[in-house]
Amino acid sequence: MKACAFDYARPKDVSEALKLLGEGGKAAAGTQSLGPMLNLRVIQPPLLVDLRFIPELKDVSGKSEYTMLGACVTHAQIEDGRVPDPTGGFMREVASNIAYRAVRNRGTIGGSLVHADPAADWPSALTLLGATALIAGPGGRREVGLERFITGLFEVDLKENELLVAVRIPKRSKAARFGYWKFCRKAGEFPQAIGGALTDPERKESRTVVGALGGAPRLFLDLNPDVSSLGKDAYDKQLHAVALKRAVEKLK
Amino acid sequence: MTQKGVGARLPRKEDKRFLRGQGEFVANIRLAGMLDVAFVRSPMAHARIKGIKKLPGVFSAEDLKGVQPIRANSSLKGFKSSEQPVLASGKVRQVGELVAMCVAATRAEAEDLADQVELDLEELPAVVDMIEARTKPPAFVHDEWGDNIFLESLVDDDLSALEKNSFVKIRRTIRTARQHMSPMEGRGVVCEWNKRLGQLVMHTAAQMPHINRAGLAECLGIDQGAIRVIAPDVGGGFGYKGILLPEEVCLAWLCRHLGRPTRWIEDRREQLSANANCREHHYDISMYADAKGRLLGIDCEATVDSGAYSSYPFSACLEAAQVSSILPGPYKMERYRCRTWSVATNKAPILPYRGVARTGVCFALELMVDAVARELKMEPHEVRLANLVQPGEMPYNNITKKHFDSGDYPEAVRRAAKLIGVEEIRSLQRQNKDSTRRIGLGFAIFCEQAAHGTSVYHGWGIPMVPGHEQCAARLTPDGVLELRIGAHSHGQGMETTMAQVANTVLGVDPDNVRLIHGDTGVTPYSTGTWGSRSMVMSGGAVATACDVIAGRVKAIAAKLLEVSAQDLILENNSVKIPGTDRGLSLSEVAHVWYRKPQLLPADIDPAGLEATAGYKAKVDTGTFSYACHATKVAVDTETGAVEILDYVVVEDGGVLVNPMIVDGQVYGGTAQGVGTALYEEMPFDAQGQPLATTLADYLLPSATEVPSIRVDHMETPSPYTRFGQKGIGEGGAIAPPAAIANAVNDALAPLGVEITESPLTPRRIVEALMKARK
Repeated sequence: MKACAFDYARPKDVSEALKLLGEGGKAAAGTQSLGPMLNLRVIQPPLLVDLRFIPELKDVSGKSEYTMLGACVTHAQIEDGRVPDPTGGFMREVASNIAYRAVRNRGTIGGSLVHADPAADWPSALTLLGATALIAGPGGRREVGLERFITGLFEVDLKENELLVAVRIPKRSKAARFGYWKFCRKAGEFPQAIGGALTDPERKESRTVVGALGGAPRLFLDLNPDVSSLGKDAYDKQLHAVALKRAVEKLK
Repeated sequence: MTQKGVGARLPRKEDKRFLRGQGEFVANIRLAGMLDVAFVRSPMAHARIKGIKKLPGVFSAEDLKGVQPIRANSSLKGFKSSEQPVLASGKVRQVGELVAMCVAATRAEAEDLADQVELDLEELPAVVDMIEARTKPPAFVHDEWGDNIFLESLVDDDLSALEKNSFVKIRRTIRTARQHMSPMEGRGVVCEWNKRLGQLVMHTAAQMPHINRAGLAECLGIDQGAIRVIAPDVGGGFGYKGILLPEEVCLAWLCRHLGRPTRWIEDRREQLSANANCREHHYDISMYADAKGRLLGIDCEATVDSGAYSSYPFSACLEAAQVSSILPGPYKMERYRCRTWSVATNKAPILPYRGVARTGVCFALELMVDAVARELKMEPHEVRLANLVQPGEMPYNNITKKHFDSGDYPEAVRRAAKLIGVEEIRSLQRQNKDSTRRIGLGFAIFCEQAAHGTSVYHGWGIPMVPGHEQCAARLTPDGVLELRIGAHSHGQGMETTMAQVANTVLGVDPDNVRLIHGDTGVTPYSTGTWGSRSMVMSGGAVATACDVIAGRVKAIAAKLLEVSAQDLILENNSVKIPGTDRGLSLSEVAHVWYRKPQLLPADIDPAGLEATAGYKAKVDTGTFSYACHATKVAVDTETGAVEILDYVVVEDGGVLVNPMIVDGQVYGGTAQGVGTALYEEMPFDAQGQPLATTLADYLLPSATEVPSIRVDHMETPSPYTRFGQKGIGEGGAIAPPAAIANAVNDALAPLGVEITESPLTPRRIVEALMKARK
């Protein structure tokens, strides 16, 4: 399968990108999901707006309370520790288990969030971490917490003329512990169930997440939530419960 | 054994180009003015075609005047013929069936054209499940048949006494999923009509080019001489590339019609959804045994989902007919009954995949043997030892008259049991009996008929019967040996192994041997590379042709050295008088023959240094290689995940021409078998839509899923072949599903679970555990 003909643009900054998106362009970054969709002709956009050459989208900055990662930071950059990891290694671990290295070399954190495949890792992992999506649009900038940003299956709170610019991830105390466990049929495949857990005794904070559901990841503010209703049938429910249990076990 | 001859672990000659990415495959070929083709394929499994609205550059059945459908009939009694139209007419009978051909400057533009074709289809009830297709058909795939049965067969016997009196009676329903062959390279065609020669020249990813040629000639209505089929480097075949595809016929017609070269390169989606289907079997099987685990008899009703059409040349009955003839496996028994049905459904035709029916048969038979072992609380390998044909009984004619040529089957089981460590695993199981990570041990043994010839195939009456195999050998004026054979390598390393054979016979250095194959224009006829036959048949032919050349080289050298030909030997690229330093190099002999014939006496044999010679094994019922696989697995009872902790293969391929290449065959086959066991499945919905049409849904094992495989070779020479070699190409893919399923069942038996359906997915395992707990 070959993609339909489309135009290609390479904006230099966010405002130029927003203008092109406003004209019906489709944002493209790592193209690890977009590429197959184009070739399968599932989508047939008239124009691809290549975001990879906008410096602001690759910016990385940190303060004592949070780290900001530009939307075009790749999974491989996170895996390799080439950008700061506010979780002391947890994000590196998550990144290193996304698909295959070839995918990680190109795939971006922002692309993963905006695509919002329920089985992708960042929607669940960043919801667990309480990250915030930083969004630019024709009317200015706005922020949305991830648990509200991802609204459903492949659905996010982002208009067609808006752009995810960066993700802001809060830092936690040194005593914080993280756990993440996913079940994949084989190495590198999309998981069938995701569990994530976080505890920060100094801040008296406990969070858990269950992902790879039919829609947005489910966030809980304790380590032992009742997840028995999550999943589409008995097998699927068991897998999700096991994923969460094993993620929590990793906190120990 | 010489250092570079038969038996040597010689590095593969072809790796020089393959490992550098310099292989040349169909998709690498560019012809001037070439056009690309995309097909409009049926979106429905079963429908009547009411209309096709198309633009210029689009061709449908009505345009292909004079083109005949593909017919692959069998002369077996009761076989019903299906005609596979190259472009659908009247009805479509599977999702992905070719309906129209679109041609443009690029594939993308051809797909644009395809998107604009409008099909008016009247959907008909789809025949999806093979048992339903047979017993209460929702529709007829081929209306004129009145049922959905290509062929029914029966090996009859009376097992009523066993049914009444046997100590052990086990009955199971066993099912293997429809699966898919996944060579790295898909199919592909680049072809043109050569006006000067009046000849179609087709480059195609094929493992049996002469058979493609025969099939093309039948469909196009032209003589075989007007067709030249060239298979360049081929990136894996596994049976899929032995099939004549409707796409090939379409492209052949199109290039002549347009007067332009045309190209079609299959993409993975086409291959998955429309083409390379295989393996779907259903068994209702009973096994009878005595209290000591001795098998008394098998009674089986087997159904094979053959899909919509009979594929060329193996036909729709190969798989089921094989089931009834090989189900007894390597075991002895007194009673055997087997009824089979080859059933038509609205799915892609089932094609012979590495191991063909053996993988399903081994799964059914070996699961039953383990069920007997559990019933009697015997070790599974002990039950096998109690029933295998003994080495002293070889050669052995089994209950279905298969002639096992040689081997020590029990020794393979004993070695596998020792290597895998039965006692250690049992003790580990006792320690971990309450764990959610349960350990299991599984065995499977099979024997594999290979390189079987005329006497086996003529009775099937299919479009192809293998006879004698030829090799055309030529020593060039500079002493290089050219070998031309009609078989084709699609990953077997034949450029290396045939050179090793030549080295053994003629003393020629493998570096000085060129294998020319995969081109009907320059090679002797052959049915090609299938059925693990090339090393026996083409290897035999190469040896025979080299014998002839050896005689001629000696005759010339004898004149030049003024000795008798009997006093000469061939080694190290030379012909020599043993024990002296007198001799001539092969290039010196060739130089005289071609360039200085004045030095030759008048009475020299004029036949020269070029010869075509043929070969057939002394007994052509085939060699029987065999192997025992043993594996240790861990099953996660919470998720259903299976981890292969250890994997052992003890195999006997007779004399191994190149043990390193055989290792590669075993590793590759086992990897595919792991896929069959745990991952690969092509499900369909009730309307006959295939549900795994990309590699995101169709899971293939990759490096992380394939265990380190420990291979132990036994070498019992076949009494019937030139060097004692046996066909070994398919074996690796046969036993893993059975061995792994037996190991999973061994792990889960204490929980009351036995799974009899492949692949053993996490879902199947967890759901079986849930059911057992209720």
